[in-house]
Amino acid sequence: MRQDDLYINKIDWLTIFIYGALVCIGWINIYAAVYDEQAAKSIFDFSINSGKQLVWIGTAVLLITLIMVADYRLFENLSLILYGLFLFLILITPYVGKEVNGQILSIGFGNFRIQPAEFAKFATALTLAKYMERPSVDLSQPKYQMQVLLIIMIPVILICLQPDYGSAMIYSAFFIMLYREGMPQKYYALALTMVAVSLLALGIENNLYLVAGIVLVIIIIILLGKKSVGRIISLSLIGLLAIAYSYSLDYVVSKLPQHHQNRIMVLFNPDLDPLGVGWNVTQSKIAIGSGGFLGKGYLEGTQTKFDFVPEQHTDFIFCTLGEEFGWIGSLVVIFLFCALLIRLIMLAERQKNRFSRVYGYCVVSILMFHFTINIAMTIGLFPVIGIPLPFFSYGGSSLWSFTILLFIFIKLDSHRIQLLGRMS
Amino acid sequence: MNDKRPIVLIIVISLVGVILLTKLFLIQVADDSFLKRAERNAVQRLVDHPYRGLIYDRTGKILVYNNPLFDLMIIPKEFSVKDTTRFCEIFNITKEHLIESYTAARKYSSVKPSPLIKQISTTEFAKIQDYLIDYPGLFVTTRSVRSYPQPVAANALGYIGEISARQLERDTVKYYRQGDFVGLAGLEGFYEKELRGVKGVKYKMVNVRGVDKGSFKNGEYDTTSVAGINLTSTIDLELQRYGEMLMTGKVGTVVAIEPKTGEILAMISAPTYDPNLLTGSKFGTNYSALNKDEKLPLYNRPIMATYPPGSIFKIVQSLIGLQMGILTPNTTYACNRSLVACHNHASPVNLFGAIRNSCNPYYHQAYRAMINREASSNTFKDTKIGLDQWREKVLAFGLGSSLGVDIYNEKSGSIPSSTYYDRVYGEGRWKYSTIYSLSIGQGEMMVTPIQMANLAAIFANKGYYYPPHLIKAIDGDPDRIKPEFRTRKDVGVDAHHFDLIQDAMAEAIFGTAARAAIPDIQIAGKTGTAQNPHGEDHSVFVAFAPKDDPKIAIAVYVENAGWGGRAAASTASLLIERYIRGEVTRPALEEYVLAGKFM
Repeated sequence: MRQDDLYINKIDWLTIFIYGALVCIGWINIYAAVYDEQAAKSIFDFSINSGKQLVWIGTAVLLITLIMVADYRLFENLSLILYGLFLFLILITPYVGKEVNGQILSIGFGNFRIQPAEFAKFATALTLAKYMERPSVDLSQPKYQMQVLLIIMIPVILICLQPDYGSAMIYSAFFIMLYREGMPQKYYALALTMVAVSLLALGIENNLYLVAGIVLVIIIIILLGKKSVGRIISLSLIGLLAIAYSYSLDYVVSKLPQHHQNRIMVLFNPDLDPLGVGWNVTQSKIAIGSGGFLGKGYLEGTQTKFDFVPEQHTDFIFCTLGEEFGWIGSLVVIFLFCALLIRLIMLAERQKNRFSRVYGYCVVSILMFHFTINIAMTIGLFPVIGIPLPFFSYGGSSLWSFTILLFIFIKLDSHRIQLLGRMS
Repeated sequence: MNDKRPIVLIIVISLVGVILLTKLFLIQVADDSFLKRAERNAVQRLVDHPYRGLIYDRTGKILVYNNPLFDLMIIPKEFSVKDTTRFCEIFNITKEHLIESYTAARKYSSVKPSPLIKQISTTEFAKIQDYLIDYPGLFVTTRSVRSYPQPVAANALGYIGEISARQLERDTVKYYRQGDFVGLAGLEGFYEKELRGVKGVKYKMVNVRGVDKGSFKNGEYDTTSVAGINLTSTIDLELQRYGEMLMTGKVGTVVAIEPKTGEILAMISAPTYDPNLLTGSKFGTNYSALNKDEKLPLYNRPIMATYPPGSIFKIVQSLIGLQMGILTPNTTYACNRSLVACHNHASPVNLFGAIRNSCNPYYHQAYRAMINREASSNTFKDTKIGLDQWREKVLAFGLGSSLGVDIYNEKSGSIPSSTYYDRVYGEGRWKYSTIYSLSIGQGEMMVTPIQMANLAAIFANKGYYYPPHLIKAIDGDPDRIKPEFRTRKDVGVDAHHFDLIQDAMAEAIFGTAARAAIPDIQIAGKTGTAQNPHGEDHSVFVAFAPKDDPKIAIAVYVENAGWGGRAAASTASLLIERYIRGEVTRPALEEYVLAGKFM
């Protein structure tokens, strides 16, 4: 038997290495976040979160083993069943789940609890991959666009009913995958324009400046291109729509529930309410900002350890890293995430069938979305949305779901040769 | 068809990384304000207040010390009580107070301590001490308040109180914080820097709820407090106490000075108050009550009240005349009552007789000779030149400007200059007949009691004085007091001119102030009457004794007590005897003084 034929050599060890590194760094940061000098408990102490996280990591390794020894066709075949199962679990969660902080997001027995919304992500990813494997699916056609959107929207609606808007937002990440799979660029251009106009409309106090800016941009575009009547009319219409949109946005925001409104406004003015809504972001920035270039040293941080930053071991775990390991620590972790994402794109591109590639891009989409939003929120670049940092944040559901998500793809990638024949 | 899109995605991912790292660089490396805010969050600065310096009297008896007081603190979260009635009984509070304080504490923080009962005295504390362990969430913090074993010298010692906003603003070195106690008046105010000591600081780490998490960096930045410096006052506690007793029920002032050093032996402002009133929790209410009192107990008369010097000023006039050569012991003037009123005595008189009889016309004529010296043919100009030259000589006696005593707010008094009269009457429109009242210490001339006592010291010393002061040693070291207090000031009159003055003053006792005479102690003195347009004149007396080796110089003012020979001279006499002999041998005179009420 030649060396190349060994299954173990077909696995992408670089990805696994980065995964392992992130999980380990996350784990030692969870310990730092809950560390209490006076109690001085060991990192392995099961009564504190770092000890519990170690159990989650151990079981995650078990899950990895199961995924790696399972039949590679299993996930494709199970995709619809898993999709249905988790949708059902999301649906029943409000009735059988346990209330934490006024929200019912998890179900289970005793200490074993999972959040179905977390797991529905990879089930949806598998279903999207399965659906798009059909050769006829062409995303430039509205029919298929609608069908793909339907697969994404069903879990989104159900999760919104829980309600857990943060988790629901993550599903918009699939548009990254759809971009790769040929969704027309104009949608993205439109979306980016809307985001830009939204930010400007909310960020600029006086809407007149924004109106002037939009008019100016439209005039420049008209002057630069050909000056046909139809083009001028349609561009003018777009300009008018943008102005109308910017005005209506202020109105819509004012109609949002107060805590959502505040989260948005705090982004533009963190000092708006430093003890109230702005507290999270303000304290998070203080924790990270106080880290300096090299950080305060492991377990030497004061801001996260002394609970100034809320949720310091889950959604705001990046604060601990920023405070204790400084900019250098942040650099290492951000580099690892970017490397992982780029590596996954490379892996996805080398897939020989569309199922694996679509699934691979789904993994990239979800990880990228979480990574970007989570870190951006801790440093005040994005409103506070309660989503975890993949592999890093404390919590079994989060670690398990990201592990399953990633390793199904590593599994598929290791069998890319077998899957060759089905390339569309 | 989509070859470019993966590349676009890779670029987007890299861009996200760069943006995040840039923003992180901006807040972590480029901006150090977050580090400061982090320290403000987690590092609590606890001030360790030092013990304030003590003040002793000149014989080593304590005037001011620190008395420990206890605050009962409560941590609402840990506190529990089953029987509130019994609790209130033990701690001697009302149920309303308990509920009110508990609610306020809870509102402030359920995990941080708040005061439940403030300023418990040592005796009260002893009663509750044993019960404290029965109630979780209660503990005691100690602090101290100023205390006075003898309730005397209130205005000289002053008081401490919370620092005002204006004082905080002026504190450019930022030593003080809101809520700090500082000396606000008297010695407490003047010697604040010595008495306050050095605050210590402890840096503690706290979590978001303010719960103590140990010392910051193992106490690397902590400093211990240094107790304030003790002061030794020039005051003689016994003399001060005795003087205040004599002045009970009167309005007035006593200042006694040791002539050879300028040390103030007693400084009495009557009516006074118990300095213990202005300490601790009762400060606010007591202060406003004292402040509203129409008898002005907070008014420090020895240095703030001003009166015309009256007849006593004739001694200064005599000395200036002698030094100028205008007067000699043999200069005689007729007691010409058409010039100014006088009382019955032989006429004409020489200088000795003029002092002994306090002859007004004598000084009217002598003063004219000192002022109008034909420096100009124009009588107006001549008067002006003469007045200003004369004024310089008067100022040398420590009059017309503050003496620089070590208490703030000392008044300067006033000796009018030509500028003053020019302003009032117009330039060239006043002459000797306008200002002649000055010859007998009346008119536009004002002096403070401490300046009068200092005059007595000058007469005793035959021509010099040391600026009067209340502190003779700082931390036991006499060299640390202000150098001015150890600098001899000469008044510019030769010592031999004083012989006649001293003799006349000794003689005058038997004329105008017979009550002041003390068996076996020769006293030299001069009565005066400060004219009071609002009622009975003020009784004034200055004296020093023993005449041959003066140990004490004294000025006594008793308001509305009429002629100086009575109340003021008697009081001065008793104080002199008490100081020199250590006891008083004339109970009848003592009773006479104590019985006098002139309010």
